[in-house]
Amino acid sequence: MTRWRQPSILPGFGLTLGYTLLYLTLIILVPLAALVWRSTGIGWSAFWALAFDQRTLLALRVSFGAALIAAAVNVVFGVVVAWVLVRYDFPGRRLVDAIIDLPFALPTAVAGISLAALYAPKGWIGQIFAPLGIKIAFTPLGIVIALIFVGLPFVVRTVQPVMAELDREVEEAAATLGANRFQTLAQVVLPMLVPAILTGFALAFARAVGEYGSVIFIAGNVPYVSEIAPLLIVIRLEEFNYAGATSIACIMLIISFCMLLIINMLQMWSRRRYSNV
Amino acid sequence: MSEAVSRYRDPAGESPTWRVLLTLVAVAFLAIVVILPLITVFYEAFRKGAAAFFEAFQEPDAIAAIRLTLTVAAIAVPLNLVFGVAAAWAIAKFDFRGKTFLVTLIDLPFSISPVISGLVYVLLFGAQSYLGPILKSQGIQIIFALPGIVLATVFVTFPFIARELIPLMQEQGTGDEEAALSLGATGWQTFWYVTLPNVKWGLLYGVLLCNARAMGEFGAVSVVSGHVRGLTETMPLHIEILYNEYNFAAAFAIATLLALLALVTLALKTLLELRYGDEIAAGRKH
Amino acid sequence: MSRSKRLLGLAAAGLFASLLVAPQVLADTKLLNVSYDPTREFYKEFNAAFAKDWKTKTGETVTIQQSHGGSGAQARSVIDGLDADVVTLGLESDIDAIASKTKKIPADWRKRLPNASAPYTSTVVFLVRKGNPKGIKDWPDLVKDGVQIITPNPKTSAGGRWNYLAAWLWAAKQYNNDDAKIKAYIADIYKHAPVLDTGARGSTVTFAQRQLGDVLLAWENEAYLAKQEFGDGDFDIVVPKLSILAEPPVSLVDGNADAKGTRKVAEAYLQYLYSAEGQTLAAKWFYRPAKPELVPADKLTLPKVDVVSIDDPIFGGWKVVQAKHFDDGGIFDQLYKPGK
Repeated sequence: MTRWRQPSILPGFGLTLGYTLLYLTLIILVPLAALVWRSTGIGWSAFWALAFDQRTLLALRVSFGAALIAAAVNVVFGVVVAWVLVRYDFPGRRLVDAIIDLPFALPTAVAGISLAALYAPKGWIGQIFAPLGIKIAFTPLGIVIALIFVGLPFVVRTVQPVMAELDREVEEAAATLGANRFQTLAQVVLPMLVPAILTGFALAFARAVGEYGSVIFIAGNVPYVSEIAPLLIVIRLEEFNYAGATSIACIMLIISFCMLLIINMLQMWSRRRYSNV
Repeated sequence: MSEAVSRYRDPAGESPTWRVLLTLVAVAFLAIVVILPLITVFYEAFRKGAAAFFEAFQEPDAIAAIRLTLTVAAIAVPLNLVFGVAAAWAIAKFDFRGKTFLVTLIDLPFSISPVISGLVYVLLFGAQSYLGPILKSQGIQIIFALPGIVLATVFVTFPFIARELIPLMQEQGTGDEEAALSLGATGWQTFWYVTLPNVKWGLLYGVLLCNARAMGEFGAVSVVSGHVRGLTETMPLHIEILYNEYNFAAAFAIATLLALLALVTLALKTLLELRYGDEIAAGRKH
Repeated sequence: MSRSKRLLGLAAAGLFASLLVAPQVLADTKLLNVSYDPTREFYKEFNAAFAKDWKTKTGETVTIQQSHGGSGAQARSVIDGLDADVVTLGLESDIDAIASKTKKIPADWRKRLPNASAPYTSTVVFLVRKGNPKGIKDWPDLVKDGVQIITPNPKTSAGGRWNYLAAWLWAAKQYNNDDAKIKAYIADIYKHAPVLDTGARGSTVTFAQRQLGDVLLAWENEAYLAKQEFGDGDFDIVVPKLSILAEPPVSLVDGNADAKGTRKVAEAYLQYLYSAEGQTLAAKWFYRPAKPELVPADKLTLPKVDVVSIDDPIFGGWKVVQAKHFDDGGIFDQLYKPGK
């Protein structure tokens, strides 16, 4: 039988692990268990009916659809941003690098009211599009904008360190062998970045699916059209509909957990990938 | 001669035209997505003049909201700090089964919607729950009061410090600690004089992020707050209230305070990275 | 004891301290009034007036704390344990819900104060863009092609429910109680509604700030308030020929007030709503006072509207209405289908 833990002369294992588990259980696991327990309490058929009610499904679709589009946009521009920051030098590069983390540090409610002001028909950006008949704020498009904002740092910060580690000799070798720059990028560099890009995508996506604060100010919050799943949870709660709120929350919880497993697998893949390079 | 130099092209780099183009795309994207919203906050706050801006901070409810936000962060951040250090010690310095699973569990709050983070405490401590009425009969109020707001904040910011420390401490291995112990240091001395100095900047960075998040949390706190002005309203919730009272200038005025907090966090972070870049790099991923 | 253990002890103590120090141990008397959305400005002024009055009468200092939101959502918070001493909500069935789910309010609460516990009343009017570009004059104009209606979610907002019922009332008279035609009209209304906010204030922000929609169905006081807040230049108020008598009721939450020992001051607070000062303030904030005789005539500026009460046979009172229209699977749920 293999040992449960490797021997070590360092002290404090029991104390720190014990405290970690206790705190984790009290703050995270017990409350989550309460959620799952409450939603099973209403019975399977009732749970099923609530969870797959048309409005719930459409809210989930809005949340997932917008998060998917936003994460995709972030992958494209995030990779460009990371590339520029890693490879090029230009005045203000430090500043640009620092500002990437802003969406991470700026409270979501602040982002929400600011984006709403910016993209409303009378706002700076909104008034450019308004004459063209394109409405951004208070439509599903507004949700995507907010989610692009919150997801950006995840892609850039995941891809950036991997890019910095890339061995440029490989690119030089490709060039010497007659590949043009585009071919080198597409066939040599990009494949090496794939695990990192996917991880960044998954992180941005996971964060965007559950986002609430920044979205509610800029979304129209129209049921079936621009109503996100977390908002529907709040609405169900405000309607005294605990069963409805918990069942949607439960589905989102399961999905979050799956996303997390996928992200961990991606990270394991990318670690193996890069340790071989 | 000079023509030859300018014509030389790095085989592993893009042409100057592409460089400029890509740089412009990146900068323009960031300007629209990140910088413009930031400018908007300050522009809207001062749109009605500096007097209106400062008036927003005279309001007793605003002062109460600022005080509550500071109180919540002052309780939540140390709690997560102690947890983060303990968890990082156990996970980074020892090998045991189920470690990966434990790390996944610690990460869980990252991907859970803040609304759910609030909801779970309503289910656990609300008047409709089992625990709520029992605690209530003892005169203890959890949700719609400070404890509930603290709990929701702790939940949301739970992984921040642990996630910053774990990779950093893993990177540094156990060699230094083992040496200290073999020289006769106690466990506590080893931690205090060997481990902590090695990770202090990463730790500080984690605390900064945790704090920014704790002060700015909206969704989770909104669900458990009860929205009593001057009592259970944090700054982000107060912003929403002002926004709903057509008082946009005041809403954005309070928002500038939180935006400044974010900027200070970023500035400190950049400073730390400039000076102690290598130490933090390992823990860079959020 | 090692320092690490002391540190852990400290952290644990911190956790427990945060659980125990509920902000309840307070020197002065504090009252919590849990109210609905459009009363924000009114209660702000009323609370100050009452505190002053109470101080002169008894020498005691009282602070009134306020909470606002969609009426249904606010009732939910009280049911979930929000310690309200008094509730001043948008309609009867929200207070009934508190009474039946928590037993903190006696079932016959409406009989305790004058005018069935409604110190002020209101009605539903239309707020349109300046100059009324879509020509909205009365109920049938709402469902004309290209008109977008902003109204809150009847499930969470009292205003939303009054709007729905006012529309129902007109249709019932218009179509001679023909159920199918009434329902078709109501369904049509919600087909023209692109957004359903959870509270009346949210809808006003959507209409006034976000510039969505052509007409806002609003509490009369909320419409006047919005017109005043955003400057008279932006909006016009259209008063329909027929509307509903909206009676936002108030009640003591006996269970909470007794537990906190605030019954006396809470009861005085509610009584003060019916005083000359309270009634005048209600009029000032565009409510229709229950006792207009106490209010100086020049403060009664609202126009006459033909209104019908919820107790009219068309509706049959709130208990019937709530179950028939707004409970899960009720008529609203049946009529409200995906937009477009």
